[in-house]
Amino acid sequence: MTVQATPASAACPGCIAAPAEPVRPIPEDVQIALSLPGIHCSACISTVERELNAHPGVEDARVNLTLKRAMVKAAPDTRAVDLIPVLERAGFEAHELDPGALSATQSDKAGRDLLMRLAVAGFASMNVMLLSVSVWSGATDATRDMFHWISAAIALPAIAFSAQPFFTNAWSALRVRRLNMDVPIVLAILLALVTSIWETALSGEHAYFDAALTLTFFLLAGRYLDYRTRAAARSAAEELTALEVPRAIRLVDGTEEEVAVVNLNLGDLVLVRPGGRMPVDGEIVSGQSELDRSLLTGETLPVFAEVGLNVSAGEVNLTGPLTIRATAVGEDTSLHRMADLVAIAESGRSRYTSLADKAAKLYAPGVHILSALSFVGWYIYSGDIRTALNIAAAVLIITCPCALGLAVPAVTTAASGRLFRNGMLIKHATALERLAEVDTVVFDKTGTLTSGAPELTDLGDHSRGDLQVALALAEASSHPLSQALAKAAREAGIKPATLRDVLEVPGYGTEGLFQDQRVRLGRAAWVDGEDDEQTTAWLAIGSRPPLRFAFTDSLRAGATEAVAAFRAAGKDVILISGDTQGAVRALAGKLGIEDWIAQALPQDKAAKVQELSDQGRHVLMVGDGLNDTAALAAAHVSISPASALDAARVASDIVLLGNDLSPIAEACNTAVMATRRIRENFRIATVYNVIAVPLAVAGLATPLIAALAMSTSSITVSLNALRLR
Amino acid sequence: MEVLAYLIPISLLLGGVGLVAFIYTVRSNQYEDPEGDARRILSDEWDDKPKP
Repeated sequence: MTVQATPASAACPGCIAAPAEPVRPIPEDVQIALSLPGIHCSACISTVERELNAHPGVEDARVNLTLKRAMVKAAPDTRAVDLIPVLERAGFEAHELDPGALSATQSDKAGRDLLMRLAVAGFASMNVMLLSVSVWSGATDATRDMFHWISAAIALPAIAFSAQPFFTNAWSALRVRRLNMDVPIVLAILLALVTSIWETALSGEHAYFDAALTLTFFLLAGRYLDYRTRAAARSAAEELTALEVPRAIRLVDGTEEEVAVVNLNLGDLVLVRPGGRMPVDGEIVSGQSELDRSLLTGETLPVFAEVGLNVSAGEVNLTGPLTIRATAVGEDTSLHRMADLVAIAESGRSRYTSLADKAAKLYAPGVHILSALSFVGWYIYSGDIRTALNIAAAVLIITCPCALGLAVPAVTTAASGRLFRNGMLIKHATALERLAEVDTVVFDKTGTLTSGAPELTDLGDHSRGDLQVALALAEASSHPLSQALAKAAREAGIKPATLRDVLEVPGYGTEGLFQDQRVRLGRAAWVDGEDDEQTTAWLAIGSRPPLRFAFTDSLRAGATEAVAAFRAAGKDVILISGDTQGAVRALAGKLGIEDWIAQALPQDKAAKVQELSDQGRHVLMVGDGLNDTAALAAAHVSISPASALDAARVASDIVLLGNDLSPIAEACNTAVMATRRIRENFRIATVYNVIAVPLAVAGLATPLIAALAMSTSSITVSLNALRLR
Repeated sequence: MEVLAYLIPISLLLGGVGLVAFIYTVRSNQYEDPEGDARRILSDEWDDKPKP
């Protein structure tokens, strides 16, 4: 990544010394980002870098193993499409990433800022602690005063710099007359500094400079952990978005040009090749094909597409090239209208108060009252404002929310790390807590419980000769059903028959000549088969009645285990799909799900989830399609697979990175454990307070006791969190 | 106790050097790829001379 930070230094030094030539506009080098999910060792790094650097046009390639990415600086006409085959030949899976969508992770200013403040607080607290230890071990008189003054000289600027995040947070809460965790923190820090300076000026015995700094240090550590966890999730989520490079092919006067999807206008002609996704809503003006609508509606059956049909953004073109005229672009597309449904359903989530907030609500007023009471009490008792203020400060410092500030982030960091290793990405801060409460699980069918790839079910019902013809025809097409048929036949050891004049008719199927008879493999209407509820392809050989090949959507790996694990844990499992009755019933039977709903519209899904929530249940929604987004947002907590549409991933709290579904059940257990650890941590912090607070109120607390209480409680809390890993 | 006059500035200076070094490493992006850097040390490329 150094490449980006110093683009100028990479140029040849000789150029600077060269005499001034007439300045030509030099075309700028391009930055190409590649995702390399398969790299894992030092050999991978050097192979990838060697292969990329050997490619003409590449100036510099650098692999980042942590992010599993390669950043390439290359001559202006180099394209990622040229680099990907190079890496694939070397045995590495590579995908292009949209550098625009990645930009936020690269300039990670906020994280660096926090780290810098943490470093300053750490440096200052160690130095001040050294001086404080000398005071505690017996420095007196002038030496003690000098040590206190040096401590003050270090502590004041250090706190002014490193505690800024707390100052700003506390101020923004106070301005709207609310209390948050930062208000007692800031009050403790400021009061500690003021009383310590006062004490030092009067040659007093107790100064709390070290406590103020350690407090800042531990709290910043908590903030940083919290930030890191979320930044890691954000960068992985960004990478998923960046994988879909938003480009489209626009036809202008018959010539193709590649443009960004945002630059498409109403009325533009857009060419969508087979396998491509519709970038905009539109109407087909030429071409014939089939469309996969499963991400939008949950239907597994491909839809026949011909001139005049309206298509929506997000549908996938299967067989033939289509030209569409854009009727809605950008914000107006049906994809974006679905997002409005999400906005309405969002309220379910905002009702949740995190454990940390609940603790802060109890804690902040309690601490202030306690501290104020001890101030008033001591003032009345001794009549000395200095003693009273000292004790009030000691109470605030000892009850410091140090352990509370670390209690939640330390646990969520450990738990998120563990789930990330299992292939799950926690996007939302309170997702783990909500996941722990789940008692009902709602699954979507297509693309979630099933992989969305068809599988041939009745291979054994056909004769070898028929299968040979079918295989030969199927291999001529890239249609998913053809490919599934070809795969199944190949695996059964069938050899393709020899055909002549094989031709794919987009939208219908493939045909050819077999021993001078016309043979066809394709959709029912084209081959004179009967259309039924199931996914089928038909084979016609000459004038014989057509043969039926039935397909089913193959189960996603781990689906059976996940459903079984949820049922074993006593959770209700419900299946809601937009697909037909037959398909949903078959799958529900296979997985042993008793409660299922078929042909559900997006609104129905959301309404069902809402209804369950109103019954007081905590629903976990697992879905991938656009038709699930509203339900995902309405649910108490939601999970979507990485293959889901961007909109669905945005609406969900957790993203499943791998293909396997089984980590979901495991994640619920981890979440329950994490919540238990958080509660334990709160209890530990409370125990420390129960012991130390009476000492402070009684005026017996010394800076040494404060430092001990603070450090031990913070360290115990962190160690307790680490048990989760 | 005159020794303090040397020791305290020295301890502050040494700590400061550490702090400045840390700030330098953060600013020059040395924590961008901790895992990759840990592996790169095992590669024998550029062992005889540094990468130009």
